[in-house]
Amino acid sequence: MGIFSFLKRKKSAPEADASQHTNQLPASASDDNSDESSASATPQPASDDRQLAAEQTASLEKRLTKTRSRFRDTFLDFFLGNKPIDDDLLEELEGQLITADVGVDATQRIMDALNNRVSRSEVNDSDALREALTQELLDIILPSEAPLEIPDSDSPFVILVVGVNGSGKTTTIGKLAKQLTEGGKSVMLAAGDTFRAAAVEQLQTWGERNQVPVVSQGSGADSASVIFDALQSAKARNIDVLIADTAGRLHTQSGLMDELKKVKRVLGKIDTAAPHETLLVLDGGTGQNALNQAEQFNEAMGLSGVVITKLDGTAKGGVLFALAQKLPVPIRFIGVGETVDDLQVFQAQPFVDALLKVDAS
Amino acid sequence: MFDSLSERLGRTIKNLSGQGRLTEQNVKDTLREVRMALLEADVALPVVKQFVESVREKALGQEVLGSLSPGQAFIKVVNDELVAVMGETNSELNLAATPPAVILMAGLQGAGKTTTVAKLARMLKERHRKKVMVVSADVYRPAAIKQLNTLADDIGVTFFASSVDDKPVDIANAAMAEAKSTFMDVLIVDTAGRLAIDEDMMAEISQLHSAIKPAETLFVVDSMTGQDAANTAKAFDEALPLTGVVLTKTDGDARGGAALSVRMITGKPIKFIGSGEKSDALEPFHPDRVASRILGMGDVVSLVEEVQAKVDHNKAERLAKKMQKGKAFDLADLRDQLEQMVNMGGMSALVDKLPGGGALPPGFKAGAGDVETRRMIALVNSMTPQERKYPAVLKGSRKKRVAAGAGLQVQDVNRLLKQHAQMSKMMKKMSKGGMAKMMKSMQGKLPPGMGL
Ligand SMILES: Nc1nc2c(ncn2[C@@H]2O[C@H](COP(=O)(O)OP(=O)(O)OP(=O)(O)O)[C@@H](O)[C@H]2O)c(=O)[nH]1
Ligand SMILES: Nc1nc2c(ncn2[C@@H]2O[C@H](COP(=O)(O)OP(=O)(O)OP(=O)(O)O)[C@@H](O)[C@H]2O)c(=O)[nH]1
Ligand SMILES: [Mg+2]
Ligand SMILES: [Mg+2]
Repeated sequence: MGIFSFLKRKKSAPEADASQHTNQLPASASDDNSDESSASATPQPASDDRQLAAEQTASLEKRLTKTRSRFRDTFLDFFLGNKPIDDDLLEELEGQLITADVGVDATQRIMDALNNRVSRSEVNDSDALREALTQELLDIILPSEAPLEIPDSDSPFVILVVGVNGSGKTTTIGKLAKQLTEGGKSVMLAAGDTFRAAAVEQLQTWGERNQVPVVSQGSGADSASVIFDALQSAKARNIDVLIADTAGRLHTQSGLMDELKKVKRVLGKIDTAAPHETLLVLDGGTGQNALNQAEQFNEAMGLSGVVITKLDGTAKGGVLFALAQKLPVPIRFIGVGETVDDLQVFQAQPFVDALLKVDAS
Repeated sequence: MFDSLSERLGRTIKNLSGQGRLTEQNVKDTLREVRMALLEADVALPVVKQFVESVREKALGQEVLGSLSPGQAFIKVVNDELVAVMGETNSELNLAATPPAVILMAGLQGAGKTTTVAKLARMLKERHRKKVMVVSADVYRPAAIKQLNTLADDIGVTFFASSVDDKPVDIANAAMAEAKSTFMDVLIVDTAGRLAIDEDMMAEISQLHSAIKPAETLFVVDSMTGQDAANTAKAFDEALPLTGVVLTKTDGDARGGAALSVRMITGKPIKFIGSGEKSDALEPFHPDRVASRILGMGDVVSLVEEVQAKVDHNKAERLAKKMQKGKAFDLADLRDQLEQMVNMGGMSALVDKLPGGGALPPGFKAGAGDVETRRMIALVNSMTPQERKYPAVLKGSRKKRVAAGAGLQVQDVNRLLKQHAQMSKMMKKMSKGGMAKMMKSMQGKLPPGMGL
C-alpha cells in the first residue's frame, strides 16, 4: 500500500500522475507489495521547475533515504503477514483507526461490524480481516467520492472557499487555479481575505504563478464587496470560473460567520445560483473538532464540497469517516504538499489504503 | 455535542459507590470511560495509554476518605493527575542570555507561528519594555515575509528585511549581527511551517538552531490538532532542543487534547496559549483550565470543592433518601435547596459552572437571582407544614395569607408554585441521571451532572 508513502516523500521523489497509480491499484488492498512496485514503476520527472531548484541540493541523499524506507516498509509488511485473528490483532486495527483520527464512536461502529463478521466466521485470518476492514471503510467513504464538475455556462461558475484559520484555503485556491486552467477554463481569483496580514499579496503570488487575474481592494476592505466586484468583472470578461478566497475564521465566531453569509447574499444578487460551489477546507491534521467545523460551516453556508489538506504529512485525515456518516458532503480534493501540483481529486480507495498503511517510522 | 467525561463517568462510577477502597475491579470500567473521554478530546493514543496507566496506579488501593465516595475520590485522582502532568503555570520566557536573546519558532504549516511572533514581540515590548527585532526565515510560503513585515509595523517593533533569494541560515545570521549592533534585547526568528517527516526542512531548522543558539525554541501547535500531535511533537523534539510550547487557536471549541499529547511526549512546558488572531491574544497557560477543558468538566472540580465547603449535609441527605424512595419533592424540599443555593453564591453562579447547566428550565434559571430566591424562601416560610407538603391545597384565600405573610403578592405565590411544579416534573423526568442524584450527591458533595 505504498501510494501515500510515495506521496509523502514526493518533495524529493520523482512525481507520478496520481490517477495513473490508482488505475493500477490491485483490487485487494492487502496486496501491498505489488502496489508498491506499481508506484515505483511509473515515475515521471517532476513538473514544477520552481520546486526542482530547491530539491537539487539534497536530492541524491533523499533518494537514498527514500529507497531505504521503502525497503523497510516492505520488510515490515512481510513480518505483518498472514496470521490467525486474535484480540491483539483486533486491538491493533482499532488502534490504527483511533490514531488516524477516525474517532471513538466511528471506530466503535466499524469494529462492531468487523467483530460481527468474525463471529459469523466470515473472516478467518488476518489478511481477510484487513480486507474486511478496508471494505467497511470503503463502504463509508465511497459515497463521498464525487469530483467537482464544472458545467459549461454563460456566466462564471463561482467557487467560494471557506474554513478555519490556517487550514490551507489560499494555497488550495492556487493549486485549483492551475488544475482548472490546465483543463481549459479561464479563471479569476478574488482576494476576499481582507483581514489577515499579507493575505492579498499571498493570493496575488498564486495568481502570478498561474497567470490568472486577481481582483483585490487591499487590506481592510469589505470582503463581500471585493467578491461582488470580482464576480461583476468576471462576468464582464467572460471568465469561466471565479474562485473567492476568504479570511480564516473559527466556526464559533458568529460575527465572522455572519460576514460569510453576507458574501453569499451579495453574490446572489448578481447570480442567484452563486456561489455554485462552497468548499470547506479542512486541515488533515485536525482531530474531532473537524466535525464541529463542518457542521457549523454547513449550517451557515450550506457546503457543497470538502477539501482536506496536508495529507503529505503523518496525519491521516480519518475524521472524514465520522464526517461522512454525519454530514454527507462530497470530498472534492486532497492536498498533498505546498506546491502548485499538490492537489489531487479525492479517491476513496487510495485514501483508505493510506489510512491502513502501517507506518514504518 | 460530545459526551463529557462527567456524563460518561456518571454511567459507570455509581458502581463504585458503597465500596470503601478503589480496587482493580471497581475502577476497571471507569478507567475505560476515562480512556474514551481522552480519546474523544484528541489526546493521542499512546499518551492516553500511559496516562490511564498512571491514574490506575495512583488510584488503586487508595483509601476512600471520610465523606468522599469512591467515585469522587476517583475523579479527584484523574483530575489531579491531569493537572500535575500538564505542568505549572509557566509563562516566563527565559531570556537570560547575552543580548540579543533569540527566540526561534518551529511548527507545522499554518499552526500560527508568524502570528505568535507578533504576539510575543508585542508582549515583550509593552510589558517587559524590551527592544525587539523580528525576522522571517520563511523563504517558501508566498508573502510570508510581507506578513511579518506588516505585523511588525502594526505593533511597532523593528523588522529585519529578508529576501526569498537568501538561505534561511544566512538570513538569521545577518539579523543576529544587525540586532547586536543596534543593541536589541530580543530577536525573534520566524520560520516556515514544515512537516516533521520532511528531512531537508528538519535539517534546515536544526542548522538554523545551531547558528543562532536561541535562548528559547518554541514549538507552536494548533489546539485543534488530532492524533498526529504525537508524531509531530516527537519528531520536532528530537530534531530541536525545544524549550517550550505555544498552544494556538484556543478561542475555538476544540477540546485541546493535543496539549496533553505534546506535553507528555516532549516534557516541555506549555508557556502560552493563543486565543485569537489579534496581536494581544496571547495568554499565560493555566494547567487546571486546560485540564478541565480536555476532560470536558466545566469547572466541575472547583465546584466539588465549593459544594464540599458549604452544603448542609444532613438536609441534603434527608432529601436524597426521600427522593430515592420515590417520594414527592415538596415545597419544604424546595426551600432547603434554595437555602443551599443562596449559601453557595446563588443559583446562577452554580448553574453556570455545571456542564449542561443550561438545560434547566428557563423559568427556573431566571428565578435564580438571589433576591428572587430569598423571596421564594420567605413564601415557603409563611406556609403551614401541611401546605408545604401538599401544595395543591393552596387555593385563593390560603394564597392571600401566604403572600401577606411574606410581604408579597399572590402572583409571587403563583410563580413559586409554577416553579415548584416545573422542578418536580423535571425531577421525575430525570429520575435516573438527574436531580435525584443531584440531591444525593450534595450529601456526598458531588455536584449535579456528576451523577453519583
Ligand atoms: N504540507 C502541506 N502544507 C500545506 C498544504 N496546503 C497548505 N499548506 C500550507 O499550510 C500553510 C497555510 O496555508 P494557507 O493556504 O495560507 O492557509 P489559509 O487557510 O489560507 O490560512 P488563513 O488565510 O490564514 O486562514 C501554508 O504554509 C501552506 O503552504 C498541503 O496540502 N500540504
Ligand atoms: N483564532 C485564532 N487564529 C489564530 C491564532 N493564532 C494564529 N491564528 C490564525 O491562524 C492562521 C495561520 O497563522 P500563521 O501565523 O500565518 O501561521 P504560521 O504557522 O506562521 O503558518 P505558516 O508560516 O504557513 O506555516 C492565520 O489566519 C492566523 O490569523 C489564534 O490563537 N486564534
Ligand atoms: Mg488564506
Ligand atoms: Mg508563517
